[in-house]
Amino acid sequence: MAQILSPLPGTFYRSPSPGQPAYKNDGDSVAVGDVIGLIEVMKSFHEVKSEVAGSNIRFSADNEEPVMAGAPLADLD
Amino acid sequence: MLKKLLVANRGEIAVRVIRAAKDLGIRTVAVHSAADATSLHVLLADEAVNIGPPAAKKSYLNIDAIIEAAKATGCDSVHPGYGFLAENATFSDAVTAAGLVFVGPSGDAIRLMGDKVSARSAAAAAGVPVVPGSAGRVEGIEAARHILIDTGFPVMIKAAAGGGGRGIRIANNLAEFEQAFPQAEAEALAAFGDGGLYMEKVIGKARHIEVQVLADGKNAIHCYERECSLQRRRQKVWEEAPSRALSEELREELCSSAVALAKAVGYSGAGTVEYLYDDEANRFFFIEMNTRIQVEHPVTEAITGIDLVAEMLRIAGGEPLRIRQKDVSVRGHAIEVRINAEDPSKDFAPFPGTVGDLRLPGGPGVRFDSMLYPGYQVPPFYDSLLAKLIVHAETREAAITRLVRALGELKIDGMKTTKPLFLALAADPSVQAGDVHTRWLEGWLNDNAAKLAD
Repeated sequence: MAQILSPLPGTFYRSPSPGQPAYKNDGDSVAVGDVIGLIEVMKSFHEVKSEVAGSNIRFSADNEEPVMAGAPLADLD
Repeated sequence: MLKKLLVANRGEIAVRVIRAAKDLGIRTVAVHSAADATSLHVLLADEAVNIGPPAAKKSYLNIDAIIEAAKATGCDSVHPGYGFLAENATFSDAVTAAGLVFVGPSGDAIRLMGDKVSARSAAAAAGVPVVPGSAGRVEGIEAARHILIDTGFPVMIKAAAGGGGRGIRIANNLAEFEQAFPQAEAEALAAFGDGGLYMEKVIGKARHIEVQVLADGKNAIHCYERECSLQRRRQKVWEEAPSRALSEELREELCSSAVALAKAVGYSGAGTVEYLYDDEANRFFFIEMNTRIQVEHPVTEAITGIDLVAEMLRIAGGEPLRIRQKDVSVRGHAIEVRINAEDPSKDFAPFPGTVGDLRLPGGPGVRFDSMLYPGYQVPPFYDSLLAKLIVHAETREAAITRLVRALGELKIDGMKTTKPLFLALAADPSVQAGDVHTRWLEGWLNDNAAKLAD
């Protein structure tokens, strides 16, 4: 069991832009370096790359949710 | 006169508007998101209303929530600031429909100037020089060849349905043009389902010069120009007034053209007519009109002594324009720099944080507009602008010296800011000579990134 944490404070997005499919859906597998979402900080966008590998991703942060740096975004098996 | 004003914004501009309103004896209501409950504008206003979650589209862009807050607090007027809903015609209309005064132009004026093609037509009709090019869509290569007489080379071919830089080609001569035009047509059709094209002269090295106007729907005056050529990614970072590039004759011509446009469209409130100025050809071209107060308005206030935000409030309250053109004169030189929560040594990465020790510059000729206070936590959800440092002196040289002095006094612990950028720029010979253009800063940044660490 591993967690993906937000590297920055800001707004979390699940997909590259509105209307596009999510980077990852609940249940997907994740490799190290996979992009799992975006954080918007002061109008600039930063990709969140997973530093861990795992299966069955479960997002704990919603799309467009405000998050603090270090806040959990998703759990992995 | 207005009695109670809702300020539909945040940050330094909300603070600026609240100050102007209080100076005129107008009561103030701040609105804020859940992330801004401890923001300075909330602390300074007479009342405050929480209008929603941190995301701007659920709070500062939420028209219904803002109008409801205005009604619930008994306001008679709404000031939009800049950004957010300031140039949203629907918002202006909605405020008016709710029986409130919108401090700014009508929805129709915002719409007219917000559309590139209609703004260009309105400018041309008022006798304002526009960038040579097609008046609207170009129909076929025959018509396109005809437009080349006006534009010359290089010329830009743009997809009418494009945007954000997509669907643009540049031709440097006729041979390239003959090849590029049909390609652009086919490409636009494939990419956007619409083969419509526009053409526009490419202006190589240009300065950004803009004219401040004030109007009451009948009369209009200008408050001279500002030069904002130092830009990074099309964002102004350093603004000054007056521009040292203009001769007196050209200044008169430029400023008069802005007044002509404001009068022609029956403009009301404060507005800015933006131009590109071609140094080598001594020609200026209309780009757009911003129908709001601008970030850099304090440099105009410094050289003219006019409180632009207070004049906006007076006009919105029904007073006729009380300043005559002959009473507006320029004294000295002013420079504004934008202190952003960004790390200039790391490609301007945003740097939200908590303000520690805070030392603000002061003394003669120094103004500091900001929302900072010790212990303030800068939220990550909005623009990175923390403060504007404005200096005023008898000459441009003295203003730069004063800028360096004031930056030396400024200390914002707890976060990285763009202060090192301005110290480096102030020491640069091209900046000192005013020998810059709108693409100068990006080139300079490539060569000087090492100078920007704290």
